[in-house]
Amino acid sequence: MIFNIEYETMPREALEAIQLRRLQATLERVYATVPFYQEKFEKAGITPSEIKTLKDLQKLPFTTKQDLRDNYPFGMFAVPMDNVVRIHASSGTTGQPTVVGYTARDIGTWSELMARSLAAGGAWRGDIIHNAYGYGLFTGGLGVHYGAEKLGASIIPVSGGNTKRQIVIMKDFGPTILTATPSYTLHLAEVAEEMGVSFKDLKFKFGIFGAEPWSENMRQEIENKLNITAVDIYGLSEVMGPGVAIECYQAKKGLHVFEDHFIAEIINPETGDVLPYGEVGELVFTSITKEAFPVIRYRTRDISALNPEPCICGRSHVRMKRVSGRTDDMLIIRGVNVFPSQIESVLMQVDGVAPHYQLVVDRKDNLDTLSVLVEVDEKLFSDEVRNLQNLEKKISKDIKELLGVSAAVKLVEPKTIARSEGKAVRVIDNRRL
Amino acid sequence: MKVEQISVFLENKSGRIAEVTGILAQAGVNIRALSLADTSDFGVLRLIVDNNQRAEEALKQHNFTVGKTFVVAVEVEDKPGGLHKILDILQKENINVEYMYAFVQPNSNNAVMIFRFEKLEEAVKMLQKNGVVVINGDNVYTL
Repeated sequence: MIFNIEYETMPREALEAIQLRRLQATLERVYATVPFYQEKFEKAGITPSEIKTLKDLQKLPFTTKQDLRDNYPFGMFAVPMDNVVRIHASSGTTGQPTVVGYTARDIGTWSELMARSLAAGGAWRGDIIHNAYGYGLFTGGLGVHYGAEKLGASIIPVSGGNTKRQIVIMKDFGPTILTATPSYTLHLAEVAEEMGVSFKDLKFKFGIFGAEPWSENMRQEIENKLNITAVDIYGLSEVMGPGVAIECYQAKKGLHVFEDHFIAEIINPETGDVLPYGEVGELVFTSITKEAFPVIRYRTRDISALNPEPCICGRSHVRMKRVSGRTDDMLIIRGVNVFPSQIESVLMQVDGVAPHYQLVVDRKDNLDTLSVLVEVDEKLFSDEVRNLQNLEKKISKDIKELLGVSAAVKLVEPKTIARSEGKAVRVIDNRRL
Repeated sequence: MKVEQISVFLENKSGRIAEVTGILAQAGVNIRALSLADTSDFGVLRLIVDNNQRAEEALKQHNFTVGKTFVVAVEVEDKPGGLHKILDILQKENINVEYMYAFVQPNSNNAVMIFRFEKLEEAVKMLQKNGVVVINGDNVYTL
């Protein structure tokens, strides 16, 4: 089903006319209210009035995650705090999360786009949605929650964790739609099996999965194990949260970007040049309706491609290819963003100098695991085993505190971490995505 | 009165101790005493050798992490209650033993134990006060 037929199936010409009007209004507003954008546009020698066509967007400078960090916490807000009704923050960045705000109207827009997304993924009024995305600063839980209410479905705000209780709720409440990260979904399936509960006996029909990279193989596995249709949802807090783009269950071939609210571009990450439809590059988003936290040409670092071909579901909005990787070294571990540099900063604090280290990411029993290998040099070494074990514990605890992910720290002998051209290989990702 | 001990960090993999003993053999270093403390992932090999400098250099050349610590070598009567007598003194004086291990060969009629104390000087003083023979470092290396 399509939640907003008028906008979601709008002919592209009309859609583009709306995009241009909304883009121009957004640019005028950020230029007037956000010093960061005013400075950036002036430096690039351009004013909003010079943006006469959608193609002119290419003349504007990019916004990066570093820009958001530099303006921590509220420097990028385009409205007074009086008008901000909600604040979310992205998971861990080197000691400084990126903070985003929403006006009441932004929450309305987000709810609408999440309602559209849930509908595209197979949900409708009368459905019961089991929402296992985490509630909190992370946008996943509340994003789905407001969308479900807007759609008129029943929502179970179960959040993450306490897996056995979740299985009992699934059995007793009979939810028909599952929203969760793909890895947690497979974990749910395993725990259910251990408890002697078969998903085939549950009432699930559809699942809407995202917040971490996953693959076609994983989709197959989830669909088989849970006996449902699984679709991919995309979003990031900097742009809005979940519901920036959604796969339709009819085609399951690329995610429709809600183009009446966002303009998507694909660029060459090295040159910054905009690439034509179909070519693979870095996704860049411009929000054109957001009030509190508009972003202009925000570089997501996610790798994708855009496909404007008409879709069998009837939606006219361009489809982005399932995200296949990142242009930076960011890892997503159990839904948490992790940069190797953050681990390095933890190790730096232990002794003032970062030893050689390596992050090994695996997927065991369908849950991501992070191991941190640390080479023991003379500064870290002790003749007492207890001290070395305490060191492992301390590093592990510091990582958990800073990043919110559990890491198994393993001390290894010097020069055992592989180096290529003298430089240590920092990350080994064994997850087959 | 202090004895210098070298310690080596080892991952818990087969053949690692043999690697160390091989390097020491090649360097012409004689092992006087040793102990291994381990966890499931790693171990710490502690050694008393006849030539610390040569041992350290050889091991470092092979990328091992080597530490140096001072320990105490104590003569222990080779009869029932011999070790207990010493531990009893330490307990009464409230001195904590971090770890201990036995020497490979006895010194005349007595056994030799290596002790690692946090408060080394204090421990030596107490042992000597109670009539325990603490062996001089130079004598230990060539014992």
